[in-house]
Amino acid sequence: MKIVVCIKQVPATTEVSIDPETKRLVREGVEIMMNPFDTYALEEGLLLREAHGGEVIAISMGPKRTEATLREALACGADRAILLNDRVLGGSDTFATSYALSRAIAKIGNVDLVITGKQAVDGDTAQVGPGIAAHLGWPQAAYVSRVIESDSKHLVLERMHETGYDVCSLELPGVITVLKDINSPRVPTLKGRLASRKASINIWNASAISADLTKIGLNGSPTRVVATRSPDARDKHTIILDGSPEESARELVKILKQRIKL
Amino acid sequence: MKIDSNGSEYRDIWVLAELVGDDIHRVTFELLGVARNLASKLSKVKNREEEVVCVVLGSGLSEESRKRLFAGYADKLIIVDDEALRVFNDNIHAAVVSRLVRKYRPEVLISGATSRGRSVMPRVAVEVETGLTADCTGLDIDEDSGLLLQTRPAYGGNIIATIKCENYRPQMSTVRPGVFKLPEADFSRTGVVVQEELTEEEKVSRLRVLEEQTIEDATVNLSDAKIIVTGGRGVKGPDGFKVIEEFARAIGGAVGASRAAVDSGWISYAHQVGQTGQTVQPKIYIACGVSGQIQHLVGMQSSDFIIAINKDSEAPIMKLADVAIVGDLFEVIPEIVKLVRRDDELKKAV
Repeated sequence: MKIVVCIKQVPATTEVSIDPETKRLVREGVEIMMNPFDTYALEEGLLLREAHGGEVIAISMGPKRTEATLREALACGADRAILLNDRVLGGSDTFATSYALSRAIAKIGNVDLVITGKQAVDGDTAQVGPGIAAHLGWPQAAYVSRVIESDSKHLVLERMHETGYDVCSLELPGVITVLKDINSPRVPTLKGRLASRKASINIWNASAISADLTKIGLNGSPTRVVATRSPDARDKHTIILDGSPEESARELVKILKQRIKL
Repeated sequence: MKIDSNGSEYRDIWVLAELVGDDIHRVTFELLGVARNLASKLSKVKNREEEVVCVVLGSGLSEESRKRLFAGYADKLIIVDDEALRVFNDNIHAAVVSRLVRKYRPEVLISGATSRGRSVMPRVAVEVETGLTADCTGLDIDEDSGLLLQTRPAYGGNIIATIKCENYRPQMSTVRPGVFKLPEADFSRTGVVVQEELTEEEKVSRLRVLEEQTIEDATVNLSDAKIIVTGGRGVKGPDGFKVIEEFARAIGGAVGASRAAVDSGWISYAHQVGQTGQTVQPKIYIACGVSGQIQHLVGMQSSDFIIAINKDSEAPIMKLADVAIVGDLFEVIPEIVKLVRRDDELKKAV
């Protein structure tokens, strides 16, 4: 099974700031990490490879320093890594990002399965996985919490929604986006870490993936962020109840009654 | 679809309905209310009548449901009724919606930011080549350009961004459930019904839904809950969650959990609130024995009203809370439950 796992490098904090000029995120000096949901995507890829053979290819799009996150994927056991890196890819929204990733997947060739995390914890859109599927014309299953059965032609899986689960059969090639519940990601071995430092990462630019330049980067992105602001400050006044349990309960029930009426 | 000139061939505000079994999800009515407002504003800017169109994909939509959609401010229903649409299939649903979009050219297309909405809308956006803004908490029409102004939180709610889609149509958003008020229904309203058929080609899908497992328990559904009672590390174990569950049932809420509680195996992942769980925005959020690490806060800090019960008065959650109860949750909660159960007024309200 040839599996592509899409990985995003995200800030390790949500305490982020926006450059007032460019309206882009200030990335300088911010600690980074692998998007938490992608660690589950990677682990699922590794588990499927262990069951069926084949290879796991980690792919990301971003600036050069994204290599560090791809090396982590290699340390965990990914067979190889590809970084889409080109200035013309900068500023891509979810449409353009999923297009560029789909072009890279097409270039890799003969891919059976693409796995992404449910969403990235910085943008929180959950749109790139389904976007890749649509660009490739492949079926998708989002919010996957369990792979029940798998072979080279299909997966039987469980996807979660607000009021339960659907059991689905997905014919490959296809795309799944996974939840945290699906597995417990492994920790890289020391040997893996050492090997990942020396591993070479393929760097592909826009022409390497034969990208249509009208569909990538800021100019190829249908959506544009036109303003950013901090959220409305919460009413800072905190009512503190530190009496006996009976007193606190009585006071709280009064407050609850008022709020529920609203 | 990229627009060439002024895009005047695109018109109307479309709402993609969400069906739960044979019923219509509440978020659909919230969106129809928003759409009504957007359509009025857009009509003024464009100086022509813009309608609210509700697109319903399903099987066997009742007469009663149609009436409710008109009463909820739809002017027109586009109904695709087919057995193949009875279960939610991202691929089939996206193919149909994309075809309808190409045929009728809506100005705006919105759906609920539910797991289904967030699966199908990105596919539609790519298939028709337009932009999509995820999980919006505000929608408005720009009074000069008539463009849709889409507001959404990012970075766990620490930044609020306004997003436009100027050169592509339709302008698409998924909208967070529970953010917009339900408009009052007007059953004197009627409207037009347009029937569309599913093509044979669209029925073919490489994804098949084999089985649907619905959990009837309302304490599980975090996204629709008006009240959420969450347990954290301070709950101490699976038995402790029985206290949380009892509290939730007494006040008609759902049960949430912190990552620490889920990772300890005390309760299932479906309950997890926070960065690697769900983002929630209930009217009342009650955090019991939750310290309030940033990964938890980003998943619930947009809640309207926050109550925290914690032994540690210095815990971060206590600073965020509107009401901070300093005390042992195992002593405080049973007292609250007792009072709630005795209070007829409150019992009725929940």
